[in-house]
Amino acid sequence: MAVKTLVEAIREGMRQEMENDDRVFILGEDVGAKGGVFGATEGLHAQFGDDRVMDSPLAESCIVGVCIGAALYGLRPIAEIQFQDFILPAVDQIISEAAKMRYRSNNDWGVPLVIRAPFGGGVHGALYHSQSFEAMFCSVPGLKVVVPSNPYDAKGMLISALRDPDPVLFFEHKKGYRSLKGDVPDESYTVPISTANVVQEGRDLTIFTYGIMVSQCQEVAAAVQQERSVSIEIVDLRSLRPLDRDTIVASARKTGKVLIVQEANLAVSISSEVSAIISESCFEYLDAPVKRLGGPEIPAMPFSPPLEHFYLVTPEKIRTAIEELVAY
Amino acid sequence: MSDTKTEAHRKGVQGTVAPEVLRQIYVTAVRSRVLDERIWVLNRQGRAPFWISGMGHEVFQSAVGAAVDPSRDWVVPYYRDLAMTLAFGMSPKDHFLSALAKADDPNSGGRQMPAHFGSHAHNIVSTGSPVATQMLHATGVALAMKLRHTDALSVTSLGEGSTSGGDFHEALNFAATHKLPVLFLVENNGYAISVPLDKQMPTSHVSDRALAYGIPGVSVDGGDAVACYEAARTAVERARKGEGPTLIEGMVARLTSHSSDDDERRYRPADEIETVHQSDCLVRLERYLLLQGVLTEDDLKSIRDAAVKEIDVDMEAAEQAPLPEPETALRYVYAEEA
Ligand SMILES: Cc1ncc(C[n+]2csc(CCOP(=O)(O)OP(=O)(O)O)c2C)c(N)n1
Ligand SMILES: [Mg+2]
Repeated sequence: MAVKTLVEAIREGMRQEMENDDRVFILGEDVGAKGGVFGATEGLHAQFGDDRVMDSPLAESCIVGVCIGAALYGLRPIAEIQFQDFILPAVDQIISEAAKMRYRSNNDWGVPLVIRAPFGGGVHGALYHSQSFEAMFCSVPGLKVVVPSNPYDAKGMLISALRDPDPVLFFEHKKGYRSLKGDVPDESYTVPISTANVVQEGRDLTIFTYGIMVSQCQEVAAAVQQERSVSIEIVDLRSLRPLDRDTIVASARKTGKVLIVQEANLAVSISSEVSAIISESCFEYLDAPVKRLGGPEIPAMPFSPPLEHFYLVTPEKIRTAIEELVAY
Repeated sequence: MSDTKTEAHRKGVQGTVAPEVLRQIYVTAVRSRVLDERIWVLNRQGRAPFWISGMGHEVFQSAVGAAVDPSRDWVVPYYRDLAMTLAFGMSPKDHFLSALAKADDPNSGGRQMPAHFGSHAHNIVSTGSPVATQMLHATGVALAMKLRHTDALSVTSLGEGSTSGGDFHEALNFAATHKLPVLFLVENNGYAISVPLDKQMPTSHVSDRALAYGIPGVSVDGGDAVACYEAARTAVERARKGEGPTLIEGMVARLTSHSSDDDERRYRPADEIETVHQSDCLVRLERYLLLQGVLTEDDLKSIRDAAVKEIDVDMEAAEQAPLPEPETALRYVYAEEA
C-alpha cells in the first residue's frame, strides 16, 4: 500500500490488467512514447511495445470504431480519447454501434470496450479542454458510465471495467490527476462499477456528488460540521449509469434534505436524474426542496481566470447551499 | 457498366477460374436472387414491412465470397449483401425469419429492420443502420487478427455514396498505415437513394482514392464474375501475406428502387430503368457460363429449380416460427448473469 495520485492509480490499473490479460491493449493519440498528454500511459509503451500501446492516427471515430472491431474479435481494447471535448466525432461509434451491439444482435455479439477520457475544468483549459459531457452518455442504454473520485476507486473500477463484457466510459477529472491522492494497494483488485459509495454517514442532510467534487464537498462539510452541530452524509455516485437507485433513495429518505453537486451545467444532467429519482421515491420523506449546484447555462467554461472561476462550483457556493438547506 | 478503366483491368486479369468456382458463384447468386424476389413478394403482400434489395449486386458479392474462406475470414457487410451472407453460410430461412421479424431471426431476434445482417456463428458481424461505421469495425477485426497472429482477413462493403463520409477515410487510412488484412468493397451502383454519382463525388471511380492511401485500388465490372473473382483473389493473397488492404470497387447496377419505401421513378430516367435490366449481372453470368461450356441450359434450370425449392421450404418454416414475446424487448441491453 502506498499513497498514489489518481493518474498513477489509473496507470497501475492498466499495467496490471495488461500483465494479467494479453488481450488488453491501448489505442489513442500520443499514448505511445510520450505516454499520453497527461502521462496516464507513461512507461506502458516501453513495457508492452508497439502492438499493445498503439499511437492512433488523429481521428476519434477511428479510435473507437477500430476498438469496437477488435473487441468483437475477442480483444479487450482501451480507447484513450485525449480530451473528452474531442469525443464528439466518435459519438456515432459509441451510441449507434458500441451501445447497441448486444441489443441489436439479440445477445449474439458484445463489445467489451473501455473508453477513457479526461474531462472537467478549472485548469485554464477554456471552452474546448474543460467540458463535462458525462450526462450525454448517461441517457444511452447499453453504455456504462463511471467517474472515479479517488485513486483507490480509480484503479479498482478500471480493472472492473476491463473485465466487463459491455462498453464502459471511464471519465477521469483532469484536475484530479495529480491533486487527488490516496492509499492504493499494490496488488490488483476490483471495485464494482454499478454502486454508489457512502463516503461519510450523516443524519441531517445528504450531498450527492461525483468526481473531483467529492473531496471538495468533504472539505466543506468537515468545516461546517466543526462550526455547528449538523451531520452531513456524502454519497459518491461514482457510477453514473447505472445510477445506484437504492443507495440514493435510502440516503434521501434518511436525511430528508438533499444537495446535488456537479461541475457540469444543470440542464438535463446527472443532478436532474438524481432529483427525479428522489421526487419519485422520497416525496413524503423530504424536509426541503432538492437543491442543485452546477455550472451555468453557457456553452462552456471561458478562459480568463475571473470567468473560469465564475463557472466553477467553489467551496463557498457549496457552503452557502449547505447553510441554506440546514436553515430551511 | 463497362468503361476504359474496367476494360483495362479486365484485360489484365484474363486468368482461368476453375469451373467449380464459377458454378459456386452462380449458385450463390441465383439463391440470392430467388430469395430476394420472394421477400419483395412478401413485402408487396403486406407481410414483410420493409425490404432493401441486393438485386444487381449478386455476382460481385458471390465472386468475392468465393475468393475468401468463410471458415476463418470475417465479413462486416452492408444491407445489400444478401448474396455475401449466403456465401458465408446463412440460409434463406435466416433471412425469412428476419423479414417476418420472428423471434428466432439470427440477425437480431426481430429487433432490427431486415437486411441488417449479423451472425456470430457465420463470422458475420452485426451491422446497424448508419452507413460506413462498419468500415472501422472490419479494420479493428483485422487489427485483432494481426495481433493474434492469424492468417485470417476481414471483408467489408458499402455503397459509393457512403464513401463520402469520414469513417470510410479513417478506416482506409488506418488499415493501410498498419498493413491490415482487409478487403474494402465498394458496390458502386451510381445512386445513393436518389442522389446520382456526379453529385456525390468529382470522379467516377472510388478506387482512384486508393492511391492516396498507398494501397491497390481496382474497379471491376460487377457483371463479370471472372474479373470480380480474380480481383478478390489478388486482394486475398496480398492480405494473407501481410501486405495490407485492397480497395475493390464493383461497378454494379441497382435493379430496384432503393428500398421498398422508395419509388425510383421520381428521380431515375425512365429509359435507364428500362435498360438497366438488359445488363442484369445474373443474365450475363448465365450467358458466359453457357458460352464457356461451364454449365448447360439443363444445369442452369436445375440450379434455379433447386433454389426455388429451398426457398419454398425455408419460407414455410419461417412463417410457422413464433414472433417474439413483447417483454423480451427488455433483454440484452447488457450481458445477463449466467
Ligand atoms: C449516416 C447515415 N445517413 C443517412 C442514412 C440514410 N441512407 C440509408 S442508405 C442511403 C444511401 C446509401 O447509398 P450508397 O452508399 O450508394 O449505397 P446503396 O444504397 O446505393 O447501395 C442513405 C442516405 C444512413 N443510413 N446513414
Ligand atoms: Mg449506391
